[in-house]
Amino acid sequence: MKLPISWLSEFITFPKSFDPAKNIEKLVAAFVKVGFEVEDVINPAAGIQGPLKVGTVLEIEELSGHKKPIRYVALDLGEKSKRYVICGATNFQVGNQVVVALPGAVLPGNFAISARETYGRLSNGMICSARELGLGEDHSGIIVLEDKFKNGSDALKAIGAHDPIIDIAVNPDRGYAMSVRGAARELAMSLGFKFRDIESKALLNKLAKLKKSGKVTQVEILDKSGADLIFLRSLSGLDPSAKTPAWMARRLTQAGMRPISLAVDVTNYVMLELGQPLHAFDAEKITGKLRVQRANSYKSITTLDNQVRKLTKEDLLIADEKRPLALAGTMGGLDSEVGSQTSKIALEAAHFNPVAVARNSRRHILSSEASRRFERGVDPLLAEIASARAALLLIEHGGANYHGTSSKGALPKANFTAISPAEISKLIGTEYSSVEVAKALAAVGCKVSKSGKKWRVTSPSWRSDLNHLSDFAEEVARFYGYERIPSRVPTPKIPKSGKTGLTPLQQRRRYLSLALANKGFTEVHNYPFVNKSQMDLFGFTGERAKTFKIANPISDQNPLLRTHLSIGLLETAARNLSRGAKSVALFESGLVFRDIKKLENATGISTAKRPTANQIKKIYESVPFQSLHIGGVVAGEIELSGWWGKGRIASWEDAVSITSELLLEITSDFSIKNVELAPWHPGRCAEFIVAGKPVAHAGEIHPRICAALGLPDRTIFFALLVDAIPVQSAIQAKPVITMPAAIQDVSFYVPAEVSAAEITSVLREGAGSLLESVELFDRFQREGDPQISLAFTLTFRAPDRTLTSDEVSKLRELAASSVVKRFKATLRS
Amino acid sequence: MSSSPVSIDPAQIELIKENAVLAISSAKSLDELKEIKISHVGDRSPIARANQSLGQVPIEERAATGKLIGTARANINQAFDDKERELTLARDTKALVEERVDVTLPTQRTHRGALHPLTSLRFEIEDLFVGLGYQVAEGPELESGWLNFDALNIPEDHPARTMQDTFFIEPIDSGLVLRTHTSPVQIRTMLENEPPIYVICPGRTYRSDELDATHTPVFNQVEGLVVDKEITMADLKGTLDLFAARIFGPEVTTRIRPSFFPFTEPSAEVDFFYNGRWIEWGGCGMVNPKVLEACGIDTSVYTGFAFGMGLERTLMVRNGITDMHDIVEGDLRFSRQFGMGSR
Repeated sequence: MKLPISWLSEFITFPKSFDPAKNIEKLVAAFVKVGFEVEDVINPAAGIQGPLKVGTVLEIEELSGHKKPIRYVALDLGEKSKRYVICGATNFQVGNQVVVALPGAVLPGNFAISARETYGRLSNGMICSARELGLGEDHSGIIVLEDKFKNGSDALKAIGAHDPIIDIAVNPDRGYAMSVRGAARELAMSLGFKFRDIESKALLNKLAKLKKSGKVTQVEILDKSGADLIFLRSLSGLDPSAKTPAWMARRLTQAGMRPISLAVDVTNYVMLELGQPLHAFDAEKITGKLRVQRANSYKSITTLDNQVRKLTKEDLLIADEKRPLALAGTMGGLDSEVGSQTSKIALEAAHFNPVAVARNSRRHILSSEASRRFERGVDPLLAEIASARAALLLIEHGGANYHGTSSKGALPKANFTAISPAEISKLIGTEYSSVEVAKALAAVGCKVSKSGKKWRVTSPSWRSDLNHLSDFAEEVARFYGYERIPSRVPTPKIPKSGKTGLTPLQQRRRYLSLALANKGFTEVHNYPFVNKSQMDLFGFTGERAKTFKIANPISDQNPLLRTHLSIGLLETAARNLSRGAKSVALFESGLVFRDIKKLENATGISTAKRPTANQIKKIYESVPFQSLHIGGVVAGEIELSGWWGKGRIASWEDAVSITSELLLEITSDFSIKNVELAPWHPGRCAEFIVAGKPVAHAGEIHPRICAALGLPDRTIFFALLVDAIPVQSAIQAKPVITMPAAIQDVSFYVPAEVSAAEITSVLREGAGSLLESVELFDRFQREGDPQISLAFTLTFRAPDRTLTSDEVSKLRELAASSVVKRFKATLRS
Repeated sequence: MSSSPVSIDPAQIELIKENAVLAISSAKSLDELKEIKISHVGDRSPIARANQSLGQVPIEERAATGKLIGTARANINQAFDDKERELTLARDTKALVEERVDVTLPTQRTHRGALHPLTSLRFEIEDLFVGLGYQVAEGPELESGWLNFDALNIPEDHPARTMQDTFFIEPIDSGLVLRTHTSPVQIRTMLENEPPIYVICPGRTYRSDELDATHTPVFNQVEGLVVDKEITMADLKGTLDLFAARIFGPEVTTRIRPSFFPFTEPSAEVDFFYNGRWIEWGGCGMVNPKVLEACGIDTSVYTGFAFGMGLERTLMVRNGITDMHDIVEGDLRFSRQFGMGSR
């Protein structure tokens, strides 16, 4: 909301010693103190110093013989004698009033004006263009004043540049401050100065006295849920050629609106001033009564912005007996617009339901000055007053006659709340005396009637947001300033659940992240947005092919949510390589999204009280489970080349080894098997299983994907399903055995498709409880041989004795024969 | 077999000793010394032979001569030991000098890893609050509109709902959104627990802003929620002061100023004074009683405060990051500057 200081000053009695235009910083601080962020201060005259005066052009002498037209101009500046200046512009004539910078003035850009000889004449000042004054880009000519001013008077005032503008942000709960009047009330309160309100009674009386007989258009409210009050004032005889007064046009411009025509400008001016949106209809285009109603069977309307808008039944309209005339509170219709011939005006001011206007605005993606105000709540008292103020302005400046008013509906009942002032101090945490509370509430506009400890506080008509103790507490706290609130640190109590500190899952995520960083991986945070062609390239099937689509993505490029971390990590790895990294190791921890369960719909559950257990269940089950994954990628070398020699390219073994190391820190027992799973190489992907469920995958990325993304062959990737791994209870330690170990080797030929893990596990079973460890120490396969040779070292140890060689040989036989039986293996001697 | 007694001249013993000591002292290396040992200390050396011939010395001279020989032998051994020590030290010293390497050669043969600085900052904040006695609460990013909006006093048609540029999920009437703040975790916490509640809610959030130097559609927040008896705005202020001092330095102060959020009343913006200016940090306030009531918390017994700030903004201000692209693009040159976050 852009607020010219001169306009604010009409509503505030500033002390003589306080010139608001010279105390901008204090005004800014005062707005911030009561909750309005200042977005900008526009001070057009900030760069101008010294004398800048209004002068009338008396004579023009054209000087010839120069590359461009040059004029030598005689001016009346109310001085004893004429003042002569050189001027290069030609857009003025004798009798025009212009802006003259006198010697001694300094214009923006540190442009000092002095008397000097030029073009063979003495120039005693300069006639200014808008750009020279830093007021705009217009350099096509000098400023020619439209209104009449006294010669020699302050030209900054004449062009409105003396008037700084403060642009404040208005929060949704303070609709009333989307007006000069409302903002001035807040500013006056914050500064402790007197607020000077409009004389509404005098205004209404004045209009009533001007009433002349004539046709009065009638109004009716067909849908009471859409509006509770409407005024329609009928005027005729408006001079369609009447111009908007310069002061009004200037203020509209200052506030960021474009002057259009007197009727439109008056409605906008009054809206900016008081906060009540108004609409002027061409009364001759209204058939019968003007109605507030829902669209029902009306199909479309063309709005002022020349858009044909398809109506839905619920749209709130202003209509006549035949057709829709306006989207209520949102935008007028093109057909009933005030035009260049309009002389009869029906001036409408209503108190529309904020929700109805919000829906109009949302459905038609149409946010207007009017809808923004109605959505935030407009003071219901204003419809009558603002329409009267606008009517009077049309009478005064457009020569209109007033014929009377049709109105329907009634003012909503005033809001009151019972509070006890002591509770305010209790909530804020500092002591406000009841005198202080009463003073603050009065300043805000509340009426307080006290009976004992409980007060009955009636909110002012413009504050529909005040209806709970906490609302009044905020008013008191901001009236006295938040800086009065002391600083105190509460001591947390142990929750009833008894749980404190990080949860096991939170600790696990931290551990895994730190471990990966220690292993040389750099963490990234990728956006979880992907697209169909990426999903197709990665070849996801099953759960990982099912995701959610964003209805309104920033760009249509990536409308889907990731089901796996691989897309983002591999693309980021590729980006790093393209930026010059020779090899990269990256990791990410984050949620993935899979659309695999039918979800409940939990919309529309009341928030008036705690939902029932069933409703809560429904709410929770309306949200898909989002699993926490940690993934990592190594593209290129895992051991780096350097002066020491060549490095080593990462391969599936690294992926499996890193994943195993990570898993071993959070679970003591897992198994590994080969799987074929996108986006991995079909023969080089390990699945890690805990308690029968896959919890991680690791291996080399499919060469097709590496090629498509520009990643080196053998790029490895692993992903852990962090929350799928059960939280372990405290580890129960095994005693350390100090008896000597007995070592036995055993080797087999087995079919190549048998995995080392399978044999290891069978060896364990076969060898029994004295087996301490099994280690594969050799593996080879002759070219073309369907068999592989695997050699293992078995370490045996008994807790209580030294094992004899007989005992150990027997155990080795048992272990070996179980492998032979199970896998068509042959024992190598 | 016997022979006649032969006296040994003390001068001869002295000569043997002097020859031996001279030879020892002239040794240039341990190898040379070893040779010298054989000829001057060993079994066939003159001093050893003198000792062997002691039996032939007349009995009355034997004690005196024996003593002379013993002393001479001790002197020779001493000289030998000294020389051996000296030469060993010289050899070792020389070896160490020869083994000198250039320790400034590059030694990093594996990748150097790093946490994302947002993660380190998050850990830092979690540690601060866990240390105070708070819990860390988390929730899903794809969230129910009821939890993200309705329960937070942001009804369907309230203008505050359009303040937040929400990503909606198809179909729109599913009510699913990408959470616009971590506040739905506060609601989940209040639905699942009875007061006293002391939690912080860190996590990823989403708004449909284009990525530019200061905005990103995917960002991180940390929110705090306290619900207990006798919680006041002063408790909020004190907690914010502590938080700011911990993150930005002990000299940093905060100010709160009135603002509006549907889920707090009174509401405030919190700024901190840093490097000579006030910087907006986040929003805060006393939990709106409507929000407490929607979660079934008795507002005649309990009050609460909440605050929330962006981790990206906090990081950018504190660590002098000027472009959001650096935070989101995953270029490892960015995160590596921060290492494991202990700096």
